[in-house]
Amino acid sequence: MNLCTDQLAMLVAAPGQLVAVSELGRDPHLSAMAEARPEIPTHGSQAEEIFALRPDLVIAGSFTARPAVEMLKRLGLRVVDMPPEQTLDDVAAHLREMGRLLGQESRAEELASRFESDLAALTVPAATPRPQAVVYGPNGYSAGPNSLAGQVLELAGYDNLAAKLGLSWGGQIPLERLIMAEPDLMITGGRYAGGSRSEALLDHPALSAIPRARVPEGSWSCGTPYILGAIRALSEARP
Amino acid sequence: MTRLLLPALALLVALLFVASLTIGYTPAGLGESLAALGTGDGPLGLVMREIRLPRALLGVMIGLSLGLAGAAMQGYLRNPLAEPGIVGISSAAALGAVLSIQLGLSAAFPLILPAAALGFAALAVGLVLMLAGPRGGSITLILAGIAVSALAGALTSLVLNLSPNPYATYEIVFWMLGSLSDRSFTHVWIALPFMVVGWGLLLTLGRGLDALTLGEDAAEAMGVSPRRMRLLLVLGTAACVGAATAVAGAIGFVGLVVPHLLRRAVGARPSALLPASALGGAALVLAADVAVRLVVPDRDLKLGVVMALIGAPLFLHLIRRTRGEVL
Repeated sequence: MNLCTDQLAMLVAAPGQLVAVSELGRDPHLSAMAEARPEIPTHGSQAEEIFALRPDLVIAGSFTARPAVEMLKRLGLRVVDMPPEQTLDDVAAHLREMGRLLGQESRAEELASRFESDLAALTVPAATPRPQAVVYGPNGYSAGPNSLAGQVLELAGYDNLAAKLGLSWGGQIPLERLIMAEPDLMITGGRYAGGSRSEALLDHPALSAIPRARVPEGSWSCGTPYILGAIRALSEARP
Repeated sequence: MTRLLLPALALLVALLFVASLTIGYTPAGLGESLAALGTGDGPLGLVMREIRLPRALLGVMIGLSLGLAGAAMQGYLRNPLAEPGIVGISSAAALGAVLSIQLGLSAAFPLILPAAALGFAALAVGLVLMLAGPRGGSITLILAGIAVSALAGALTSLVLNLSPNPYATYEIVFWMLGSLSDRSFTHVWIALPFMVVGWGLLLTLGRGLDALTLGEDAAEAMGVSPRRMRLLLVLGTAACVGAATAVAGAIGFVGLVVPHLLRRAVGARPSALLPASALGGAALVLAADVAVRLVVPDRDLKLGVVMALIGAPLFLHLIRRTRGEVL
């Protein structure tokens, strides 16, 4: 019942093993696996709904809606909390742990070791000076060097502007400050339907001069093997 | 005194306009930033022209609109509590704006955004005038305002909650409190035509409002048609408040505070109060927008917060003073 654990579970589980995943796991803007395993139904992350599914095991993220998780524990379900992946090394470790939880150790091991060898095979482009990139999302939210997206920038051969502006995990960068810093590349995400002021910020004319790049949707919101796709996309986007 | 008032207010607006241009996240000197505004092609020029200039211009335009609308409504209803924010016109305009954004209409035709806000604002003005009656008794006026703003506010929240966009829900705050941050010239251009029409309509009301101070019968005897005035007031207020709200959210209390502060200086003549109140509104909105950037530069403090801190105590004071009349 968490965006990241949903994706790890869909990668590792045997057919028929997953009773349901959360709607977030099916959100095309957040999940790299929105279309994968379409036979698995979704749930809305409410305790009542999940209890009614009578699962043997509930896998939650450690930041997943706590009241619902506590409720499920009180109701006697077996709930495992998995912390979010914070580094690329966590990806393989969490794949293996998911394999243990679902009794799919060999499949998980295969995915994890393939990820490790792919990651090791990546070469960080060694241009100097490194181009300066910034992740800029709705509301001016940016990813710092400690975040997964920040590590992706690093591996794709960029300096992260957010680090220079003092962000470590992530936070907002005011529009004026971003313009003054003159980034070489701005990485933005997809848009939701309906429209919002938060996203409209990215249409501000003052940003029109900055080159933009996208990573495959959902590829770097979680530590899954799909994050390699984000690294490759950004390496190719280098100005 | 009265003769000097308008030039003095205009000077104040000009000074605050320059202050608004030179205050922001990017530290830059007065001369440096003003030079960049004209000729700078570096990032500072971009910041000045594309971020600060539209923000300052919108501050002036919105202040003019809200100050003028407040003075006109108070003159027509002869009630110091009549104000677009309090009687729910701003909330209704916000509902129109939110609907046009969420239905995707404003993305297709940008002018639909202020037009929808205008439409809903006109409905609200009409409703409030109808409920308050020609004399605009305080109790009926306030009750009508509460009803209209509660309904419009609830519907705005509902629309934003139902939006497929996960960010929309968080923007309830913006639509209820208003902010000028990160607006661009796009917003200036879509708001300006509606505002100009609104200013034109409301400024023609001056003579009629003066006549109305003598009572409705006397005004009609002087050749003033209250019915025509009412129509002009509805359209003018809706155009001003609708356009302002469509680009900056509902900013309350401007039309309450400013006419109150300036009424004595113009000798309580509604026709003189209209332009004075417009300039005063511009000064107040600019000052408040400078204040939100000075006090907590790293947070997007909403303009409505500052306005309410200034406006709410005055509102309470006015209610206390009119208690004798309503009870």
